[in-house]
Amino acid sequence: MDFAFFILQFLNGLASASSLFIAACGLSIIFGVTRIVNFAHGSFYMLGAYFAVTLAPRLMESINPFLGFWGGILAAAMIVGLLGVLMEMLLLRRIYHVPELFQLLATFGVVLIVQDLVVLIWGPEDILGPRAPGLKGAVNILDQRFPEYELFLVAAGPLILGAIWLLFRKTRFGVLVRAATEDREMTDALGINQKLLFTGVLFLGASLAGLAGALQIPKEPANGFMDINMIAEAFVVTVIGGMGSVPGAFLAALLIGELQAFGILLFAKSTLVLAFLAMAVVLILRPQGLLGKPAVNTEHSEFASSIPLRPWPRWLVLAWLGAIVVFACLPFVVDSFTLKLAIEVMVFALFAMSLNLLIGLGGVISFGHAAWFGVGAYAAGLLAVHSHSPMLLALAAAPLAAGVAAALVGAFIARLSGVYLAMLTLAAAQLIYAIAFQWTGLTGGDDGLVGAWPDAWAKSRVVYFYLTLALAGGAVFALRHIAYAPFGYVLRAGRDGPARAEAIGINVAAARWVAFTIAGMAAGLAGGLYTFSKGSIDPTVLSIPTSVDVLAMTLLGGVHTVLGPVFGAAALHLLQDFAMPITDHWRLILGGGIIAMVLAFPEGLVGKLRSWFMPAEETP
Amino acid sequence: MSVSEDVILKVRDLNAYYGAAHILHGINLELSRGEAAVLIGRNGAGKSTTLKSIMGLVRPAAGEVIFEGDKINGLAPYQIARMGLGYVPEDRRVFATLTVSENLEVGRHERPGMKAEWTPDRLFELFPNLAEMRERTANQMSGGEQQMLAISRTLMGNPSVLLLDEPSEGLAPVIVESMAMALRTLVDTGLSILLCEQNLAFAAAICTRAYVIETGQIRHEGTMNELLDRADLRKAYLAV
Repeated sequence: MDFAFFILQFLNGLASASSLFIAACGLSIIFGVTRIVNFAHGSFYMLGAYFAVTLAPRLMESINPFLGFWGGILAAAMIVGLLGVLMEMLLLRRIYHVPELFQLLATFGVVLIVQDLVVLIWGPEDILGPRAPGLKGAVNILDQRFPEYELFLVAAGPLILGAIWLLFRKTRFGVLVRAATEDREMTDALGINQKLLFTGVLFLGASLAGLAGALQIPKEPANGFMDINMIAEAFVVTVIGGMGSVPGAFLAALLIGELQAFGILLFAKSTLVLAFLAMAVVLILRPQGLLGKPAVNTEHSEFASSIPLRPWPRWLVLAWLGAIVVFACLPFVVDSFTLKLAIEVMVFALFAMSLNLLIGLGGVISFGHAAWFGVGAYAAGLLAVHSHSPMLLALAAAPLAAGVAAALVGAFIARLSGVYLAMLTLAAAQLIYAIAFQWTGLTGGDDGLVGAWPDAWAKSRVVYFYLTLALAGGAVFALRHIAYAPFGYVLRAGRDGPARAEAIGINVAAARWVAFTIAGMAAGLAGGLYTFSKGSIDPTVLSIPTSVDVLAMTLLGGVHTVLGPVFGAAALHLLQDFAMPITDHWRLILGGGIIAMVLAFPEGLVGKLRSWFMPAEETP
Repeated sequence: MSVSEDVILKVRDLNAYYGAAHILHGINLELSRGEAAVLIGRNGAGKSTTLKSIMGLVRPAAGEVIFEGDKINGLAPYQIARMGLGYVPEDRRVFATLTVSENLEVGRHERPGMKAEWTPDRLFELFPNLAEMRERTANQMSGGEQQMLAISRTLMGNPSVLLLDEPSEGLAPVIVESMAMALRTLVDTGLSILLCEQNLAFAAAICTRAYVIETGQIRHEGTMNELLDRADLRKAYLAV
């Protein structure tokens, strides 16, 4: 590689580092003060681009090109900042005290709503933006052409960093933000109005995201995928930099930007692999990120529970046996379509149960559980489609492949906790998604795999129903058994008091790793069963929305219930199945539903029922 | 009760829980304007929880906190602070990456109609050590300096009552002595102080009245001199 090419590639890396930093630093600032990981940060970014492509051309026509363009960019950032304020006042204010997983879910509800609103307002087509006046050309650097706008971006990142530095050092607002990032309660006790401060922080963070999105418009059209594409990268940057640290985010953005600029020469397609590997290395060396501080409150999980697990009363055992018998009679009374629905409900019940092993028993917040479902689904599908192996062999391979993958990823992340772990599981899932999406030769890419049908003996839907009932049902009860087995006690001890559990000789990280692997296997089995029930799969089984679906199922059922997720899966899947055909705006409904669920009952459906039927001993 | 004419802070039948654990069992206490009183007791007696309940940082399950004649329980901590209750927490909790000046800035609040306004310069007269390290970050300061900064930071809000949670804990004896002198100076300027302490000598250097607390209940109330005289009380509630 010659010198000029090296320099240009380096400049390209700097330009993407700038974009990445502007997009990610607001996320870090918002997290630092509010302790909320704001999924909707990607939505702010996307909205910034949409507002910019709407405003800039009109202003360029009515004022003048230069002022119009930059005025449009700034106006877009300000509007998005105000939307951030709106979100803080309407939603975040109500959820500062709920467990972090619910916060993540609620902000993901906002993501879904914004996705539908964007289509409603701007339509489904990409919208091209204007080029920046005065920066349309290219400059010669060592006899190579380099776009002026990229050069501008190279400067923009450090400029924004400098502006934030001044804001944080020289203004009272900035000093308060830094103080609250360190010790929020203390600022409260010193007379600082938390609500005003948080609203201000949301304005700052959201307008930075909006600015980042608006600055993209000369490079790429505003489109409906900007939000999810950006948020995974922004998570990686904030985690590497250290949550809440702006200079850390800058360093991390430089690292990722340059890694991608040069990594593209090595692995043309999977630059995300490099980003993930960089993150893994950094977190192994420094779990709190480059410039982050170790988490203060690691004493217990947000999902610590004071509810004891009690053996089932006789009536409940009988009720379950009765329910299973009734369910097993379904093929005699319902039509084929309902039977297909029943099969899917069983698959998702197992999927949700496997996640609850992590969340409910282990206190481990996984935000990328679809990865293991998808690995199982693809393992079974690949065997069936490419090597025509018998269905049972493919079904056996599904949990094995998912278990191996989960064990590998789990080895990196079982040592972490809280939001770091949640963001890492999400990043890992995005990585696996990218592989499935980009390795077209093997996986069929976006089209997926077609023709993974059950063997002749199981072709009948009734037979497949009983096969699913046996496998998924068996796995569900095996997972239930873990809750009452010694390993379940170990997991719960690690959840409720990691330090105390370590002190009596429990290796909490190892227990979590084993749980991660088991949960991966169970999700993989669910994925395998799913493949043969549909006959085809595509990368959506691995995507973030699938992870969110299963989370919503688990939480709807209640994380501190043993079999609650089974009901959550049934309720949500049936709801989706009925709602999706009758409306174009199911994301709007799902998003609103998730937010309503978080606000209404954080203990879940079954948790609610239990508190009615099996009241715990009175606590004063 | 030997109540003086002008009660600035009154706590009535305060009950507080941490989860299911009942920490405070009906605390009653009063602080007169310009007075320094100590809430003295062993570790875990409920001293810190009492202060946090007054400040709104712990939500009491029952009881009342009355400040300047107004019921304040149920208000947010920042509202309570702005009314004139200054809180200096246990372990100081200074903002470690902020400089001395910035720490003071966080605490700054002008109360309408107050005459004695604290400024950084006036605080540096009270704690001369701090004057030489205005631009130093708090994580580069000694424990004693951090404690002085924590008190100064709270004074920047111009409080009329100072709630102090074990300011002598973990400090060298010579620092404790100068701390006591500084606090005595504050009382002389008219500030009311409610001090939580285990260190009897330190408390005696500042306070004129004492509440003895054990397992979340006030066991004795009287003058500081009475507590100093009665070995039986000290043996029962303070000796370790």
